[in-house]
This record gives sequence, structure tokens and C-alpha cells, in this order.
Amino acid sequence: MKKLKAAIIGPGNIGTDLLKKIERSPYLEVDYVVGIQDSEGIQIAKEHGIETTTNGIQDLMKREDIQIAFDSTGAKPHLTHAPLLIERGIFTLDLTPAAVGPYVVPSVNLNDDLLKEMNLNMVTCGGQATVPIVAAINEAADVEYAEVISSISSKSAGPGTRKNIDEFTETTKHALEKVGGADQAKVMIVLNPAEPPIYMRNTIYAKVKQPDLAKIKKSVDEMLERIKKYVPGYTYLLSPIMKDDIVTVMIQVEGLGDFLPKYAGNLDIINCAAVEVAEAYAKKVLGGDLK
Amino acid sequence: MRKAIITDTTLRDGSHSVSHQFTLEEMKAIALALEEAGVDIIELGHGDGLTGSSINYGFGLHDDFAYIEAVASVLTKSKLAVLLIPGIGTIEHLKKAKALGAQVVRVATHVTEADVSEQHIKAAKSMGMFTVGFLMMAHMASKEVILEEAIKMTSYGADVVYMTDSSGAMLPDEVYENIVYLKEHLDIPIGHHSHNNLGLAVANSLSAYKAGADYLDGSLIGLGAGAGNCPTEILVGVLEKSEIDNNVDLYKVIDAGDKVLAPIILNKGKELPRFNSDSLMIGYAGVYSSFMLHAKKASERFGVDTRDILVELGKKKAVGGQEDWIIEVAHNLSKEK
Repeated sequence: MKKLKAAIIGPGNIGTDLLKKIERSPYLEVDYVVGIQDSEGIQIAKEHGIETTTNGIQDLMKREDIQIAFDSTGAKPHLTHAPLLIERGIFTLDLTPAAVGPYVVPSVNLNDDLLKEMNLNMVTCGGQATVPIVAAINEAADVEYAEVISSISSKSAGPGTRKNIDEFTETTKHALEKVGGADQAKVMIVLNPAEPPIYMRNTIYAKVKQPDLAKIKKSVDEMLERIKKYVPGYTYLLSPIMKDDIVTVMIQVEGLGDFLPKYAGNLDIINCAAVEVAEAYAKKVLGGDLK
Repeated sequence: MRKAIITDTTLRDGSHSVSHQFTLEEMKAIALALEEAGVDIIELGHGDGLTGSSINYGFGLHDDFAYIEAVASVLTKSKLAVLLIPGIGTIEHLKKAKALGAQVVRVATHVTEADVSEQHIKAAKSMGMFTVGFLMMAHMASKEVILEEAIKMTSYGADVVYMTDSSGAMLPDEVYENIVYLKEHLDIPIGHHSHNNLGLAVANSLSAYKAGADYLDGSLIGLGAGAGNCPTEILVGVLEKSEIDNNVDLYKVIDAGDKVLAPIILNKGKELPRFNSDSLMIGYAGVYSSFMLHAKKASERFGVDTRDILVELGKKKAVGGQEDWIIEVAHNLSKEK
């Protein structure tokens, strides 16, 4: 079967893990890996027989056949890359906090209209893990206020995350409101250095206007099943409980352990989500619905 | 002799003891009494720092900005401080706090995670704030690790770095040895913040000073998370007796506790700080002091022993801010029963 050609820009931990995930895809193949210096990620790409460059985005612009790009560089570089990629007509998934395009959380708002956009932002790891739960509660009970606490292992928080912790909380907050449907939201993140490293875990509190626990449970259960299809390690630590009008749900995310260790479910989930969106796009292109 | 600089945190760490329900008038009255007594720095706000008001940590009666504005309007000498925990509060919040009158910020991280404070310390310095790096849960790290993290905060521009015993789990010799080591390697002043879970807050503070710390924390009557903080009144008395220079008047600070704070606490139907089995377990197991009241609430909600919850949290190596873990632990314990 024909596959869509994809490029990975920024072969760090995230980019290299993406490469391994895309290798399993029936709709996508990584054809180009774009770095700005030689690195472990570049070497791994070469070992996989994939063409690489260390000259950055200019070299990608010379390629005519790339249809999808995954940008896992950083917010600043992505601001430069985004207009170039759009001009080229390359469908881009932005895994940085730049948020040039609209947010996409596949289990919640991925649809044909959104796929017409040329640049979609993957929010944050915390957003991918918690926006669906808030959306599910909102659907059943109308969320007035959502509050999220994400705990991740210190080892899975790279220098990028550490230097931009405010961007993490603010971007996730906006996505809980815009995509999750909460009237208002607050987000907190805690790094835990325990050894062995903890799996990513998320606590979601939601103050609701229609506190019907059975209905909420059904809605959240269904959402969990939908997410499990692309993030198999997404499980309840605590299925919905309620006190007064406050619903509490806790989620653990175990990664697939492709390139990143299993405890780094936070990094895994954003990659799983990006591949899910890319495949939806590829199916449309290959099926002749787009272009 | 070196002067000890006193930061009183009755209105911030002490907020935990009243579930963050001080009124604006109460805060103003307490702050004025502290200023009158000569306290150098007065920290206020939600116990979990700027915008800690939440389902997870408990909603405050007012938001931090209302408290800052109210207290700033009455203070003339003492410096007004806020706590900022990156991951909870943001630089935007700090800007707002500064605009309303906060002069000092204590940027707090878990003892091994100082690099999440880089943005915030740099931003605070660029705003011209006196900036303190606050390394929490210090009992969980070796002195070498504490130094490494303190050096990071220094490199971002911190004016002072604190070794913070959030669990009240440290012993006087340990405090002494760590601070001597930090002092040998750091060019900036060092501070110590203690909790009284093992009854050692005053002894540890004195040890800290003798080892070279210049900044010491206290709160009136020891109001604070767990069994409370180092009581400012006793600290000042002990400093006087040790002939250690400081700016606080002993009688006035005793009066601030006795005549201003105590009636407010009793009026609220809250307890004055004292040790109990829960706070002892916190110090013994090395758990974040703020977990105490949340664990007690969860024990009632799920019908399990508070001590079991605390011990389990210690085993899981929960760090500051992970109050949400309490619900899961209590829920699981209740299922095991």
C-alpha cells in the first residue's frame, strides 16, 4: 500500500521516538530526518536507512515529495518553520509550545474541518492526557471549573520543559477551556524525582453544573476506551468519584517504551496523538478526499 | 556579631493552619503587629504560594492579590514577601503581585529540581525584586545535591538561598553540617526554614545560624503546616539569650502572638499549633507538612487512619504539591479494608 512521506524536524528524544512509532504505521513512512547538528537521533535515522540532513529546514524545502512534517524542535524554531512549511503545502504537526495553528486532541476534536488546516498544535503532554477527560465530563455534566495536576518523573522532564514550565501550565489551561469545554481552568505540574521513576499521572477535578455521577462515569469510560486505541497504556488510577459537585478522576499513562522509557508516558502520549492525527490526514489524502 | 534576618511566615505557612481563611482585616492586623515588633520580612498569601488557591490545596477566603494589596497598604518598614512555586504560580502572577506591593519573592522548588526556577528567578531579578531561592524537602537530599541545586539558583541570580525542611524531619547536627558545607561553597547568604514536627524547629534554627545561616524563618506561636513552624517569639528569645543580634523586639513579638494572633485563631474555632500523632508521623516519615490537614480530611472521607495515609505517602516518595495523591492513597486503603 502506498504511504505518505513524512519528515521529522528535530530528532531529539521526542523525534526519535516518533520515528519508531511511525515505522509501524500502515499509512506513513519517515523519509527525511532534519536536524541542525549530528546527534544520536540522526545516527539512529541513518541506521534505519532514512535520509538525513544537519542543515536544518532549508534542506527540507528542497524536497518536493514530503507531505507531512512533525516539528519537535522548540517554540522559537517552529515560528520560523511554520510559514515555510505552509508555503510548501506540507501538513504540519507542531509538538512545540509555539501553537501557531489550532489545538488538536484527537479523541475530542479531530474532524475533517480541522484536517483542512495546514498546521495543528499538539498542545502539551498534560493537555493530551487531561483535555479528553474534561471534555467527557463536560459533555455529561457541564464543567464550570476544571483543575488538573500532572505529576511527571523528573527524569522525563527535559531542559525544554524545565525552562518553560509556565508555558506548559498556560497552554494546557487554554486547551482545557477551548477544547475541553471548561468555563475556567487551572493547571499545575509537579516533578517527582523518586527512583524508580514514577509513571505520568494526572488528577482531574471538575466542578460541574449537573452532578449525575452515573452519566459522568459512562461518558468518561467511553472516552477512556477511545484514547486507549491510540495510547494503550492510558488507564484509571481512580475512576470518577464525586463529592458535592466536584468530580475527581485520576489517570496514569504508561508509555509504549519505543525509544523513551515506559515511565515517560507524558512524552509517549503526545507522540501517539500526533501519529493518530497524521494517520487521519494520510487516510484522507490516500483515499482521495484531500488534494 | 552577624545579624540574624527574620522572615515571619505566619500569614503564608500559617495560612495552612486556618485552611487559608484569614480575612483581609486579620491579615492587616497581624502584619502591623509583626512590623511593630521589627520583623524584617513578612511573607503572606495562600500556603501553597501565589495562586495556590484551588480544589487541590483548598480555596482561600481571598485571592493572593487581594491580600497583598491590603497588607501593602498598611506596611511602611517591613518588606512584603510572596512565595512562588513554579508549576503552580507563573511569572504573570508574580508581575501582578509586584505591582500590588510585593517586594520580596521566595521561589520554591523541590530540592532536586532547582532548574524549574530559572525563568522565575531571572524574571524576579529583572523586576528588581529581592529574590530568595527556596529548596524544599531538603531532608530528601545529600548536602552535595543541595549545594548543586543551590549553585543553580545562585547562577540564575538569587540573592539568598534557603535550605527548607518542609517535613520538619531534619536533626540539629544534620542542619549544622549541611549549612557549614553550603557556606563553604556559596558566596550568597543562606537561610533556613524549619517545621516543628519533631520538636526541633528552634534548635535547628539556632544550629543553622551557628553554621553560618543569616536568614531564619519563624511564625507567631509557630502557626504553620504540620506541627507548625519555628515560633518567632521563642526564636527571638533564644537569639537574645545567645547574644545574636537581630531587629525584633522580644516583648512586642510575644504580644503580637498572644494579643493579636491567638484571639484570631481561637475566634475561628481553629487550634493553636501543637504536636499530635499526625505531625509526629510527618516528621518521622519525612512527608510534606501541608499534607497533614488534607490527610485528616481524606481519613474522614474514606474512613481510614490518617497515620496509615501519611506512612503510605512517605513510601511513595510524594513531594510537595502532590496533595492529590492523598485521595488516591486513602481511597485505596479504604478498598483494602
